[in-house]
Amino acid sequence: MKQKNIFVAAVIMLVVVFVLAASFYKRQQSEHAAQLVQQNQVALNRAHAPTVGNPDAPVHIVEFFDPACGTCAQFYPMVKQLMANYPGKIRVSMRYAPFHPGSDQVVKVIEAARKQGQFKQAVEALFASQETWVINHTAQFDRIWGPLSGLGLQMEQLKADMHSPEVGQLIQQDLADAKTMNVTMTPEFFVNGQPLPKFGFDELKKLVDEAVAKANKP
Amino acid sequence: MTEQSNSSWALVFVAWLVAALATAGALFFSEIMGYAPCVLCWYQRIFMFPLVVILALGLFPFDPKVTRYALPLVAVGLAVAGYHLLLTAGLIPERMSPCVQGIPCSKVQVEWFGFLTIPFLSFLSFIAISGLLIAAHFHTPK
Repeated sequence: MKQKNIFVAAVIMLVVVFVLAASFYKRQQSEHAAQLVQQNQVALNRAHAPTVGNPDAPVHIVEFFDPACGTCAQFYPMVKQLMANYPGKIRVSMRYAPFHPGSDQVVKVIEAARKQGQFKQAVEALFASQETWVINHTAQFDRIWGPLSGLGLQMEQLKADMHSPEVGQLIQQDLADAKTMNVTMTPEFFVNGQPLPKFGFDELKKLVDEAVAKANKP
Repeated sequence: MTEQSNSSWALVFVAWLVAALATAGALFFSEIMGYAPCVLCWYQRIFMFPLVVILALGLFPFDPKVTRYALPLVAVGLAVAGYHLLLTAGLIPERMSPCVQGIPCSKVQVEWFGFLTIPFLSFLSFIAISGLLIAAHFHTPK
């Protein structure tokens, strides 16, 4: 009987210590992340980033995304719905974080399409057709042209733009900023300069709801 | 229960405790701190995690034969941990490392007090468990 008690006490101790240590570690991490964001607002809010929504919107979401990332594709319509819920209140800046192999080329095409005013259309077409051109977590560059063919892009111009040093620099800057902000997974969201306390759409929605409520107060 | 089997129960219990601590620690590194385990770490996990279950089953009711089932696992785990330790210490050249992709096993992710790395902790745990189980084995009345 005594042995059983010792064993049960040990199991409870282990579980309690694990849970306490985990919550302590998580709290420290989120404080650290908040500090990091505070110190690096410049890296977060670059003027070069493509932005959708009302330019004077009080709520500013910065999203680091990868066109080849499945979760990014799933979040895209949800974020769009969130913007529709609060018309004119939200603007979203899209930052490139091409972490998947081959994705950097695709990002260049998106940036070149942006020069032709087709940023949103290109992103939507690529997200919608993602499973046809992302195979085994690798972006297949040859396969993106089918989905993009409906946009009426000027191909000659596009190919010239995607290899321009300017586009390359912009993507390098986004990647460097992602590193500064400790973005290691996509999508990653910041709402008015604040990171999500924990990854998830509910967490994003909550931050946005709070920011909109704050902006609505006189 | 005789005194002798009481103390061998205690030895197996402490071995279980070490295995449980090592398992909790490994899970803390990967699930809470987000360090992805390298290939060699996975092999050590494969031989460490089941010890928590097997040794616990051997404690209630106490079955001295549990050392017979647990020690082979410990021996293999110890061998992998020893290899991993030599790898991180640089005593085995990196090109011999089986980790060509993903996280290199020779990369040290945690170093406490200047010498306590994750492979070293794993090695110590396997050593402690094997010592305790061997002691329990010879302690048990035949």
